[in-house]
Amino acid sequence: MFSLEGITKAIDTWLNAHFNSTVVLLAECVLVGVAAIALFAVLGLGLVWMERKVAAVMQIRLGPNRLGPKGIFQTSADTLKLIMKEGLTPDGADKFLFNLAPFIVMIVAMLVLAPISFAKNFQIWDINIGVLYVSAVSSLSVIGILMAGWSSNNKYSLLGAMRSGAQIVSYELSAGLAIISIVVLTGSLSINDIIQSQQNGWWIFKGHIPAIISFIIFIIAVTAETNRAPFDLAEAESELTAGFHTEYSGMKFALFFLAEYINIFIVCSIGATLFFGGWMPLHIGNWEAFNHIMDFIPSSIWFFGKTIFLIFLIMWFRWTFPRLRVDQLLNLEWKYLLPISLFNLLLMTVVAIMGWHF
Amino acid sequence: MIEEVGTTTEGDLVINVGPQHPATHGVLHLVITLNGETIKKVEPHLGYIHRSIEKMCESLTYRQFIYVTSRMDYLSAHINNHACALCVEKGLQVEVPQRAQYIRVIMDELTRIASHELWWGAMAMDLGAFTPFFHAFRERETINTIMEETCGARLTMNYMVPGGVMFDLHPDFQKKVKAFIQQYTSKINEYDELVTGNIIFQNRMKGIGYVTKEDAISYGCTGPVARGSGVASDIRKIAPYDVYDKVEFDEVLETGGDSFARYLVRVKEMQQSIRIIEQLIDNIPEGDFQAKTKAVLKLPKGEFYQRVETARGELGVYIISEGGTTPYRIKFRSPGFSNLSILDHMVRGHKIGDLVAAMGTLDLVIPDIDR
Repeated sequence: MFSLEGITKAIDTWLNAHFNSTVVLLAECVLVGVAAIALFAVLGLGLVWMERKVAAVMQIRLGPNRLGPKGIFQTSADTLKLIMKEGLTPDGADKFLFNLAPFIVMIVAMLVLAPISFAKNFQIWDINIGVLYVSAVSSLSVIGILMAGWSSNNKYSLLGAMRSGAQIVSYELSAGLAIISIVVLTGSLSINDIIQSQQNGWWIFKGHIPAIISFIIFIIAVTAETNRAPFDLAEAESELTAGFHTEYSGMKFALFFLAEYINIFIVCSIGATLFFGGWMPLHIGNWEAFNHIMDFIPSSIWFFGKTIFLIFLIMWFRWTFPRLRVDQLLNLEWKYLLPISLFNLLLMTVVAIMGWHF
Repeated sequence: MIEEVGTTTEGDLVINVGPQHPATHGVLHLVITLNGETIKKVEPHLGYIHRSIEKMCESLTYRQFIYVTSRMDYLSAHINNHACALCVEKGLQVEVPQRAQYIRVIMDELTRIASHELWWGAMAMDLGAFTPFFHAFRERETINTIMEETCGARLTMNYMVPGGVMFDLHPDFQKKVKAFIQQYTSKINEYDELVTGNIIFQNRMKGIGYVTKEDAISYGCTGPVARGSGVASDIRKIAPYDVYDKVEFDEVLETGGDSFARYLVRVKEMQQSIRIIEQLIDNIPEGDFQAKTKAVLKLPKGEFYQRVETARGELGVYIISEGGTTPYRIKFRSPGFSNLSILDHMVRGHKIGDLVAAMGTLDLVIPDIDR
């Protein structure tokens, strides 16, 4: 059976048999880095293509359909075009910050990939504070966005960046509280432990109503945190032309664009890990035969299936809802989502202490 | 007085919105003064696509100048042509055959639906929802196909001429229009579910861009903008032309005065247009489609005025004739120009997002404002 764990094990054994431990460590670091960049590129291209196809279906269109089967290579061609384009730096821009900003956004997106468990025993870095690390590092991307907005010397960019700053800082609270409510149940911040705790059922099923509430809050908050419609105020094209990346062109723009999709992938994989058991197959209580059949499906397929389902959900939002206004956006967070998530956390704590979850 | 674009002495931000900006549906240039996200002042600057259509008309004959007016309010091309044709007919004192009158009214109402469809999609797009645009275009495409089959053009139609219409109807016309009515009525629920009932949409529209009845009158607003504030201003009811006095339809009035009221007026108007077409489509009389007129038209010396209801409001055509083959002076009273004048009054104190939403409900077509 196809297993990512087997591949990593085989490489590790082969390297250990031929080289000494320092060289093996170095080689594995390089391999992991290359794999991460490759994943980054493939995910970015794949998700852009997926978004265009999802949008096309909802808008009664065909979407990309010329390059390759079903237009699958269209995004590669677009990226190639963007690489070859001139990266303009506007007059009066802060050149250093302007050129640095897209890299910060992208580096943050890549850093957050580290603790995510893609399949059984297939994880770049099994850190014991996994979810804390994710929420801490992902909040750094706002620095890149603020930098881009400020250094562009464009008022639309500035307005977009200011909106984005207010938005990401606010919605992080709800996202964090939703994550914590699951951590209360598992008693561990490690992503691996959280997945293991869902051996006999996913938290969304086991955690009663509080788990469902925190899942809904989580999805709303991460949609806002990744600047996706209906919360795409930072780049609201009908208001601010393109918001914080108005002045960016060529590959610098593409980095923002790809980072957005990687961020979506990351938040959805965190959502899948916390609420849908990550790579854990669907197990129902004592149904031995059913559980056994489910185990035959490779863990990587479970993980990517759940993540892509959540990504589809977020894309569905984008192509359905109109955009909120900036004051409505902040009202929603501070007046509704935050109190609800605080109360929900309390509820979850009671559930966890009394052992009411399954 | 054009203000310097930059930062004012009070620390307010002055921004150019347009002429090239996705929110302005064309090339409208707004200079807005912002305090943070809040709008302090909106100043429209016109003239970016001024083509001096009125002046051009003075050197064109009464048959020729009608075609130029398709380029004014390009979403109501038929209705513009209709207004000019009516005005010239008034001067010539020709009786338009019944068949032509029926065809003209059906075409006007189809144009109105097509125009409102486009507005509906663009309105949703202003609020950040892309999908409705494509759904609206699905219906609009059917109308465009009907237009194309009837008069050969899809946008700048030249079908109405002094004395009637240019050609007779396409043989399949009635069947196609009925198919369209069926298509439209089957999809109308989709519109309400996707946009009208959406809570985000309602929150963005209700209580925004408030226009009182008095303001609507004193700023000279017409069309759905005035009717959204409860001002009865439908020219089809006030001064019926062609067969509008023979059909039954309601003038849609909303008393809300906010963006949502204006939205509802247009959505309901589309249904009234369907109602008008349903009454006329089976009863188109046989006969001539054009009255017999001279090859070269000469209007008697005098002044002629004709107003019609376009999709955006009242369009007035004012011709001064010296008795020659070309008009001495032509003046168009365009609905977009007066509707735009209320924009500043509407959005002061609101956020940038509301500017876009409120401007969407004015349904501005910039070539109509600038001419």
